[in-house]
Amino acid sequence: MSVMEGRTTSALLYLDGVHVSFDGFHAINNLSLTLEPGEMRAIIGPNGAGKTTMMDIITGKTKPDEGTVLFDGMTDLTRLDETRIAELGIGRKFQKPTVFESQTIEDNLLLALNVDHSVKGTLFWRGSRDEAERIDRVLETIRLTDARYRLAGSLSHGQKQWLEIGMLLAQDPKLLLVDEPVAGMTDVETHQTAELLKEINKEKTVMVVEHDMTFVRELGVKVTCLHEGTVLAEGTIDQVSSNERVIEVYLGR
Amino acid sequence: MTPHFLTRSLDRSASIFILVVAGLGVLIPLSNLLLPAGSMFQVPTYLVALFGKYACYAILALSIDLIWGYCGILSLGHGAFFALGGYAMGMYLMRQIGSRGVYGNPVLPDFMVFLNYPSLPWYWYGFDMFWFAALMVLVVPGLLAFCFGWLAFRSRVTGVYLSIITQAMTYALLLAFFRNDFGFGGNNGLTDFKDILGFNVQADGTRAALFLLSCLALIITFLICRAVVTSKLGKVLIAIRDAESRTRFLGYRVESYKLFVFTLSACMAGVAGALYVPQVGIINPGEFAPGNSIEAVIWVAVGGRGTLVGAALGAVVVNYAKTVFTSGPLAPYWLFMLGALFILVTLLLPKGIIGTFNAWWEGRKARQVAANAESAAREDGIGEPRAAE
Repeated sequence: MSVMEGRTTSALLYLDGVHVSFDGFHAINNLSLTLEPGEMRAIIGPNGAGKTTMMDIITGKTKPDEGTVLFDGMTDLTRLDETRIAELGIGRKFQKPTVFESQTIEDNLLLALNVDHSVKGTLFWRGSRDEAERIDRVLETIRLTDARYRLAGSLSHGQKQWLEIGMLLAQDPKLLLVDEPVAGMTDVETHQTAELLKEINKEKTVMVVEHDMTFVRELGVKVTCLHEGTVLAEGTIDQVSSNERVIEVYLGR
Repeated sequence: MTPHFLTRSLDRSASIFILVVAGLGVLIPLSNLLLPAGSMFQVPTYLVALFGKYACYAILALSIDLIWGYCGILSLGHGAFFALGGYAMGMYLMRQIGSRGVYGNPVLPDFMVFLNYPSLPWYWYGFDMFWFAALMVLVVPGLLAFCFGWLAFRSRVTGVYLSIITQAMTYALLLAFFRNDFGFGGNNGLTDFKDILGFNVQADGTRAALFLLSCLALIITFLICRAVVTSKLGKVLIAIRDAESRTRFLGYRVESYKLFVFTLSACMAGVAGALYVPQVGIINPGEFAPGNSIEAVIWVAVGGRGTLVGAALGAVVVNYAKTVFTSGPLAPYWLFMLGALFILVTLLLPKGIIGTFNAWWEGRKARQVAANAESAAREDGIGEPRAAE
């Protein structure tokens, strides 16, 4: 059974005492973290701090050796696979923008819509007005309306990042995990992305991993700094960035 | 549902393909049967059988293109499903021989009498009925593909590892079917067929009908493939091919999709094998040889994977070349030529014949649009000063 009896926490995402090691290397070490519904959280930390591994655990790609991972207070994510977790309402944007390059922008979004994903459902699928309207809305949000019939592979790096965020929106999850959304973006695009994420956060819970401190500051949310697979510091951006240990291992003097 | 499928899945190249296959399917048998022998336009019977073989190969190529070109599953053992379909049909044809065999046993095929079988093995029951054999043509390859795929895809075996185990599968079947005690004629396979549905398999009329049926099966297979790849399921298949884990994180159960398309493809290969056997008059374990499966993959690569039409075309072109070369003085070098062809296509035409043609055609259209826009702009430029006057 993946659903526990009764809620044990009010948090949307609850990680407690999570351990993962790969061939003796402790990628995640007694990691505990909670995300309240409606919250946006920024995760920072040096390379190898375990940020992406943490997302792998939440989305079912990696199984933890120990620890609790609860979604919505009830569901044990460690027992479910990627497909099931996506169906529960956790969407993920990868570090390297991953879109379906040989298909059009519109088809990318169509594939992401959270409609019937069964073999039979897709084989006999016929578009509906509702679906078309949802795609239109997402296209407008990510400013790719004019590019809808272009192949995703022809987009610029920044546009691919946006398309992938758009796919998350079309998926309509409760929780969005966004890994390095502004990598390779210009300052203007970075600013627009911060605005977009703030807009998304009005309805959804978001976890953002990012190295760009200007961007993290612009988000203006609670920050968690990871180091060697565990939480090093947590608080406002000012609290975290003035923390001695954070400066030592990550920000530099 | 069907008309909707048809309208969506028939673009221009698909319509041309169907018209050409249907035209050949009707004209070649007519010319063979109606025109006097020796006339310039009369297609001799041996050619009708040869073209029938090509049509079966084209069906096999389509089945490979469906999984490889659209879903990225490179099966190097698809010949096994083809051969299993062939054996199912061969078993029916063996039972039709009846007491006309060399040993005159009304129930046991000759090889069983020769090997001292006391009675018909249980797995030969039912094959005296055509409907049962026809059902097995679909069920046996489909069931094997389903079990194989269920294990492989659920364990997330992909890429070259999957190719290797498909190869191992066909090789294992090759060894099994070579054994005399396996009950399928061992080394010699099944041959000396007499009738199919009461018609003499050697007769011109039967051969013409088999050719027509092969063309019809090719068209139906093509339509099913088109319907699959133009549906939303087709988009999911391409998504799996291009970014499998992304597809999973969007909430698609990737293994179910692979299993569906792999099983469907195996059934198609089975039909191809079943039509092939009465036209060539024999099925033996050699059909399971890994080389056959690899050759079929080369047809698809040459024609252009992910295009369907290209796969069928590639099967015909490569096999025609094979027929020409292996009947001439260059025969010993055919495998070298096939290998060279594969290397050349990979290096020079990575999209295959149809893929390259499509890219050229799209490029030409784009250039034409650009040229039209430019000349329109120039005319505007000429018009402007006049308007100013």
